[in-house]
Amino acid sequence: MTVSEAARPGGPTRTRELLQHRELRRLLGWLGGGVLLAVMTGPQGVIGQPTYAISHALRGGHLVTCLVVGVVMWGLSVGWSHGRESVHAGLAEPRAQLRTAWEQPAVRRGFYLVLLALAIFLPRLTGQFWQGVLVEQIGIYALLALGLNIVVGFAGLLDLGYVAFYAIGAYTTAYFTDTLPVHPPFTINPFLVIPFAVLAAMLAGLILGAPTLRLRGDYLAIVTLGFGEIITILAVNLDSITNGSRGAFGIPSFSIRLPSWLGGWHYEWGLSSLPYYYLLLGFTVTILVLFHLLENSRVGRAWVAIREDEVAAQACGIPPVKYKLMAFAIGASTSGFAGVLYASKISFINPSSFTVSASILILVLVIFGGMGSLFGSVVGAAVVQWFFKYVQKNNGAPIPLIHKKLPIDVQDLYMYVGALLILMMIFRPQGIVPSRRRAREISMAEHGIGGADAMAAPVGSPTP
Amino acid sequence: MSAQPTEAAATGRPLVVVDGVTLRFGGVVSLDDVSLEQHPGEILSVIGPNGAGKTSLFNCLTGVYTPQQGGITFASTRDGATREHSLVGMKPHDITRLGIARTFQNIRLFNALTAFENVKIGVEAHQRTGPVGAMLRLPRTRREEREGDARTLELLDFVGLRSRANEVSASLPYGGQRRLEIARALGTSPQLLLLDEPAAGTTGAEKIELAELIRRIRTEMGVMVLLIEHDMRLVMSVTDRVVVLNFGRVIAAGSPADVQRDPAVIEAYLGTAGTEGEAR
Repeated sequence: MTVSEAARPGGPTRTRELLQHRELRRLLGWLGGGVLLAVMTGPQGVIGQPTYAISHALRGGHLVTCLVVGVVMWGLSVGWSHGRESVHAGLAEPRAQLRTAWEQPAVRRGFYLVLLALAIFLPRLTGQFWQGVLVEQIGIYALLALGLNIVVGFAGLLDLGYVAFYAIGAYTTAYFTDTLPVHPPFTINPFLVIPFAVLAAMLAGLILGAPTLRLRGDYLAIVTLGFGEIITILAVNLDSITNGSRGAFGIPSFSIRLPSWLGGWHYEWGLSSLPYYYLLLGFTVTILVLFHLLENSRVGRAWVAIREDEVAAQACGIPPVKYKLMAFAIGASTSGFAGVLYASKISFINPSSFTVSASILILVLVIFGGMGSLFGSVVGAAVVQWFFKYVQKNNGAPIPLIHKKLPIDVQDLYMYVGALLILMMIFRPQGIVPSRRRAREISMAEHGIGGADAMAAPVGSPTP
Repeated sequence: MSAQPTEAAATGRPLVVVDGVTLRFGGVVSLDDVSLEQHPGEILSVIGPNGAGKTSLFNCLTGVYTPQQGGITFASTRDGATREHSLVGMKPHDITRLGIARTFQNIRLFNALTAFENVKIGVEAHQRTGPVGAMLRLPRTRREEREGDARTLELLDFVGLRSRANEVSASLPYGGQRRLEIARALGTSPQLLLLDEPAAGTTGAEKIELAELIRRIRTEMGVMVLLIEHDMRLVMSVTDRVVVLNFGRVIAAGSPADVQRDPAVIEAYLGTAGTEGEAR
């Protein structure tokens, strides 16, 4: 503090003292959030008038409403920080009871059965639109998220080009159903394409992974990002093979035809979504179970070991590159598998479905649901994708109960997802359905225990 | 030389031979023409002031570093047959599978996993379950899981941590973490166990337990121990032979009593501003 500052009471010193006050700082933060909210939910920009959106958003009633929301949130947060202890204390016992109940296999099994029953019966009650969403947006992306979870959540590898394998699966389907300019040696039903697509995606994963998985952290992310771009650009420009940006049309639906000596029974998954939904549900549940078994096996433990401390993992006889490659290949094949389902459901594909933003979206689903948590991937896919579709569908329509228009613009969706992710990283970095191991790792990192980061200095870097 | 000569020792065939190993980091010479031998049945200690190159030697033995010169051979016994392997240039995980396990100076457990899971990861070093077997729970996977669980419990028992099997490893006391790391290393069924300052940061009572544990590792498990340690009392009480390193060179080798009287050793320890005052 300088003499001149001290001579002026109520000057910067006073402001600084006031700012030391915790609640006041928090209020300012919330008010800032209110302004941000006003801008986010304000009118869209107008070309040629760069300040239009901001000046109209910060004008009159709209700004006041948002600031009031900010103050209310501040009040709630103050109340929460005072009442938190007692709430936690009050919840401790029911929580403990819930946990002991959850430890019992019968309770867990019952819970999963109820969920499964809901998943089977609820979609029958909704309309065509949501059934379509359940298949195209939620079901397929749940599969994609499950696969990416193996790579990102289990093995701890950041893959930003994951959608490339999805594209490979979809284009393999197009090829073997003869809907591309190049003709296959034989044409088969999409069901029978599955092994080919899975194999093709796995092979691509191995070819990409073998040289690059020796890289660490950021480098791997950049290489996979590049790979994703390469595949999209190839799909656009290899006109004579992929039909360029027009893509492939008329990919047939799944069908089953038993040979005549078995009765000649025939079923075709047609245009309606519900049969596809059940098919997807079956696949998703199967993959969930398989990956769960994988997580709690020698392979799953080896992944955790590598993720936590690569040097110690090697000292336990685990070859890191081999296991990373394994995770990469399993993730890639799941993605390829989802590609088959997508291509045959939508019946046409083009490169615009396989852009980087799709890769990022899948990553968001995984992070939102909880990295390393299989169930979380499915929940993440359901919640985020439902939110997207809900906003798209109800854009402009009044929300029931409050009879006001949804202030969210479809064009801004990714902005909201970004905001949601930032909030998640601050308040719940382990995701909505966290995996036990990941949650432990995060809480330990916060308390400064361990720090067994793969990026940390190598062992015995010249003896201390 | 060995206190408990075995058949192999009688035929004069050492377990590990380090022959003229030199390791440089740029201009810094970390190990300078280091040679030593460890015979079956023997507990060997490597001592020396800080920065003498002890951990570097361990890292060369376990494949973390590749020395620029010299050779390291290890006589691995598998299914009754002994074969010599050159360790220089081998990958750390292959060396572990060959039969050399290690612990780390600054404990490196898998902190988010339980004590049980930590040891089990070590035990699984020699199993063969792959992803397909794991997902389909094939018979071999189930058998390996059963055997792994049993062995893990045995090892936790061995180091006295069975009652804490389901605790997260980071929540164990310091001495417990040290013992858990030893159990994890023993899980890989080694013939040679490298312990890098296992007594660092432990209490007096824990040191006595540790000495007992090291003796039991040899007598009950038949695993040889190569020890880096600062605590002279521990070194003198458990080892058969001591090798002294200073500035990356071997300056003395012999029985604990001989080494303690060696003028070069006294010089090395007292000459470094008395940082290693335990040496008398």
